[in-house]
Amino acid sequence: MTKDVALPPRLQLRGITKRYPTVVANDRIDLTVGVGEIHALLGENGAGKSTLMKIVYGVTRPDEGLIVWEGKAVAIASPAEARKLGIGMVFQHFSLFETLTVAENIALAMDEKIKPALLAPRIREVSEKYGLPVDPDRLIHSMSVGERQRVEIVRCLLQSPRLLIMDEPTSVLTPQAVLKLFETLRRLASEGVSILYISHKLDEIRALCDTATVLRGGRLSGTAVPRDESNASLARLMVGSDLTACQLLPREPGEIELELTNLSLTTRDPFGTRLKDLNLRIRAGEIVGIAGVSGNGQKELLAALSGETLVGEINRSHAGMIRICGQPAGLLNPAQRRGLGLGFVPEERLGRGAVPAMTLAENALLTAASGGSSTGMVRHGMVQQQAARAFAKATIEQFKVKCGGEASVASSLSGGNLQKFIVGRETRLKPKVMVVAQPTWGVDVGAALLIRQALIDLRDQGVALLVISEELDELFMICDRIAVINQGRLSPTLPSAELSIEQIGVLMSASHADESRHAEHADVAA
Amino acid sequence: MSLPERLLQSLWPFRLEKRTEPSSVMRLASPLIAATAMALTGLVVFLILGKDPMTACQVFFLKPLSTTYDLGELALKATPLMLCALGLALGFRANVWNIGAEGQLTLGAIAGSGIALFWGEALGAFALPVMMVAGALGGMAWAAIPAFLRTRFHTNEILVSLMLVYIAQQLLGYLVHGPWRDPDGNNFPQSKVFVENAVLPMLVEGTRVTAAFIVGLLLAVASWVFSTRSFAGYRMLVAGLAPQAAAYAGFSEKRNIWLALLIGGGMAGLAGISEVAGPIGLLQPVVSPGYGFAAIIVAFVGRLHPFGIVLASLLMSLLYLGGEAAQIDLQLPSSITGLFQGSLLFYLLAADLFITFRLRRIRRESRAVAGVAS
Repeated sequence: MTKDVALPPRLQLRGITKRYPTVVANDRIDLTVGVGEIHALLGENGAGKSTLMKIVYGVTRPDEGLIVWEGKAVAIASPAEARKLGIGMVFQHFSLFETLTVAENIALAMDEKIKPALLAPRIREVSEKYGLPVDPDRLIHSMSVGERQRVEIVRCLLQSPRLLIMDEPTSVLTPQAVLKLFETLRRLASEGVSILYISHKLDEIRALCDTATVLRGGRLSGTAVPRDESNASLARLMVGSDLTACQLLPREPGEIELELTNLSLTTRDPFGTRLKDLNLRIRAGEIVGIAGVSGNGQKELLAALSGETLVGEINRSHAGMIRICGQPAGLLNPAQRRGLGLGFVPEERLGRGAVPAMTLAENALLTAASGGSSTGMVRHGMVQQQAARAFAKATIEQFKVKCGGEASVASSLSGGNLQKFIVGRETRLKPKVMVVAQPTWGVDVGAALLIRQALIDLRDQGVALLVISEELDELFMICDRIAVINQGRLSPTLPSAELSIEQIGVLMSASHADESRHAEHADVAA
Repeated sequence: MSLPERLLQSLWPFRLEKRTEPSSVMRLASPLIAATAMALTGLVVFLILGKDPMTACQVFFLKPLSTTYDLGELALKATPLMLCALGLALGFRANVWNIGAEGQLTLGAIAGSGIALFWGEALGAFALPVMMVAGALGGMAWAAIPAFLRTRFHTNEILVSLMLVYIAQQLLGYLVHGPWRDPDGNNFPQSKVFVENAVLPMLVEGTRVTAAFIVGLLLAVASWVFSTRSFAGYRMLVAGLAPQAAAYAGFSEKRNIWLALLIGGGMAGLAGISEVAGPIGLLQPVVSPGYGFAAIIVAFVGRLHPFGIVLASLLMSLLYLGGEAAQIDLQLPSSITGLFQGSLLFYLLAADLFITFRLRRIRRESRAVAGVAS
C-alpha cells in the first residue's frame, strides 16, 4: 500500500448539504478518503448515499459545503469534469444503449473520441487484467444484468481513475466472482487508486473496506473501522435499531404445486440460453431457491414459468413439461396461469412489474384484474375504480409501502417501496404458487427484511414458492432447498442446511466460461 | 471547451435539461403555443406574398366563422376529421401506428356507396343505418390487412397501412370510371346520385351539417368512456405505455393490434360514408381532401384525448375553410392549407419537447470553475 502520510487525502467532503423541496438529502456530511483507501459508504436506501455520490461525480451540486480534491477546493459542475479530475463511477442503474455493442457503448462514454474498433483490444486487455470477462463485440441487449455491470466497470477502468465509486457492485456476482472483484479492487488500491464502495452488505464491507462512513436519514450516523465491528453493530449504526432475523420454522411440505419435467426450450434470441432438461418439484409450504450467475438461463426459465414464453407450441405434448397445481400449463398465457393460482414477481419492477406512468391503483389492476380470486376490479368489462383503489390502499398499508397514497405514480416510488407494492399485490391475490425473481435486488435492509418475511409467511400459509436470486445469503436465509442453474441446466435441489456457500459456488461456475457458451451457439446453429 | 462551443455558449447561454417529471402545464400549453406560432408564421407568409396581413388574417380565421352557414361548414368539415382522429388516437396510445386512415375512409365510402347504389331504394328507411354499418365494416376490412400482416408476419403497420391508401384510391378510381359509373352521367367519372333515403338529413336548416356531426360527438364520449373506464381500454393503454408490463400481465399483443386497427379503420370508414352520404351525395374519384392524413395532426394536437380531439378537429376544419377563403378572396394557391397544417404539426412537435425538458440558463460561475479544473 502506498499510503504516504505526506500526501493530502484524495477526497475530502466538508459539511456537504443538499436540500430538495420535500427533504434534506444530505445534512452537513463530512467524509475523507485517503490515497489507496477502500472506503465504504453504508446506509439504507434513502439515507442519502446516492445524492452524496452524485455530488462527488458532478451530477448535482451541493447547496453548501466544500469538496477538496487532492488538497485543492474544487467545484465539480459535470460528470465530464469529474472524470477529468480522475473520478470514475459505476452506477447501480446502468446507462448503456441496448442496440449497440460493448465497444460502441464504451466509445460513446469516453471523453476522448476513439473508434470502437480501436477500443476493442484495450477493452480485452483491461478485462483480462482485472478478471472481468467482456466481449467487446457483443450487443448489450443480449446481456444479463451481471454482464452489463462488468461492461460498466471496464468502462471506468479504461479511464484509469484515481477515485472509483462503486454503487452496490456485487449483487449480481457469484461468490467466487465477488472474491475476484475484491482482488481487483485491492489491486487497484495497492496501485494508489482510492475506492468509494457503496453497499448494504455488511459481510463484504467487513472483508474489503479499510474504513466506513455510515449515513442514516441524510445525516452522518458514524464512522467505523469495519474489521473491528460486528454485523450487528454496523447494522445498528445503519438502521438505528437492532434487526430481527427471519425465521424459517421446520414445516412438512404438502402436495406438489409446481412441477417441471424435462423442460427443454430453445431460444430465439441468438445470445439467449437454451434450457436443457430442467426437472423441479415444488410442494405446498416450501421455498425452493435457484442460485446462479445471471445469464445462465434465469431469464428464459422465468419467461417460461410466467407464460411470456409458451412451452409446447410446436409439439403440444410438451405443454405438460410445466404443471401448475397439477394442470399442464405450457400453453397457457400469463393471465390464464394466474387463473390457476400463479403469482409472479418479475426482476424488472419498472416497465414490467409495474407501468411507470400509471398510479398504484391502476397498477393494481395490472395483474389483480385477471388474478385467480375475484377481486371485483373488473365487472362487465368495466373497471371498478373504487375496488382498484381499495385494493391498492390495502396493499400499501399491509406492506408499509412509503408513498403518497394509491394515486401516486409508480415511477415516483423508490425501488424498495415499489417492490413491496408488487410483492404485496401478488401476495394479496392469494396465489397457490409464487415465483419471485430477485426479490430484494437494490432494496434497503428494512424493505428486504419485510419482503423476505412476506415470502416466508406465504410459505407458512401453504404456498409453493420459487425464488430466483443472485444473492446467496438471501437464498440461505429463506429457502428450504436450493438448486443451481448453470448454462441452462439445473442441478438437483439440496436442503439448504446441508449446503455450503463454497459448494454452490462450484456448481455455479462448473465449466462456466464464455468460450463454452460460444461453442454452444455454434452447436445450435449447426 | 473548443472555440466554437464557447462562441455558441455566449450567443445562446441555455441548455436543455430533463425535467424531474413531465410538465402537465406544458402538455396543455403546447397546442396553444403551436397554434400561435402557426398563426405568426402565416402572418409572415402573407407579408412575403404581398398581402395585407390584417386583411389576410380576417379572411383566413374570422370570415369562416361569420355566418350560420359558415359555422355549419366548420362542423361539417370537422366531422370526418373528428371521426378519423378519435379512432387513430386510441391506436396511437396503444403503440399501434395506423397512418392509413385516408385509405380506410375511402373503403368506407366505397362499401357504403355500394349499399346506396344497389339496395338504396329497396332498403327504404333502413338504407342509412345499413350504409353506416357497411362503411364502418369497409374501413375495418381495409385496416384488417395491416393487422393481419403485422400479427402474422411482423410487418410494419405504418408502411402497410400507408401503401394501402394508394391502392384504395385506385380502387375507387376504377369503380367510378368503370362499373359504377352513372350511364346517364355524360361520361363523367361519378356514380348515380344517391336516392333521397340514402342521404343523411340536414341537421340545421340553411347549413349542410349532417347528423354525422352528432354521431362524432357521441363517439368522442364513447371513446373517452372506453379508454378511461373499460378494461379493454386499460389493456390498450398498458400496451402503449409499457409493452413488457402488458406481456407480464398476459394482455395479448395480437388482440391489442387487431383492436387498435379495427377501431381506427371502423371510425375512418364511418367518416368516409358520412362524407359521400352527406355533402357529396354520390361517389366520385376524390371523396376526401386528405382528411385521413390531417386527422393524424388532429389526434396529436388534441393530445390523443377525445375532448381535445373535438376541439382540434374544429381548428383543423377552420384551416381548411380559411384556406378556401384565401384562395377565393386573396388569390392564394390551394397549398396554403397544407402549409398551415404542416407548420401546426411542426410547432407542436417542437413545443412538445418542453413537456419533458426545460431550458436552463448556463451559469457563468460554472464556466469559470471549468477553467480552474482543467
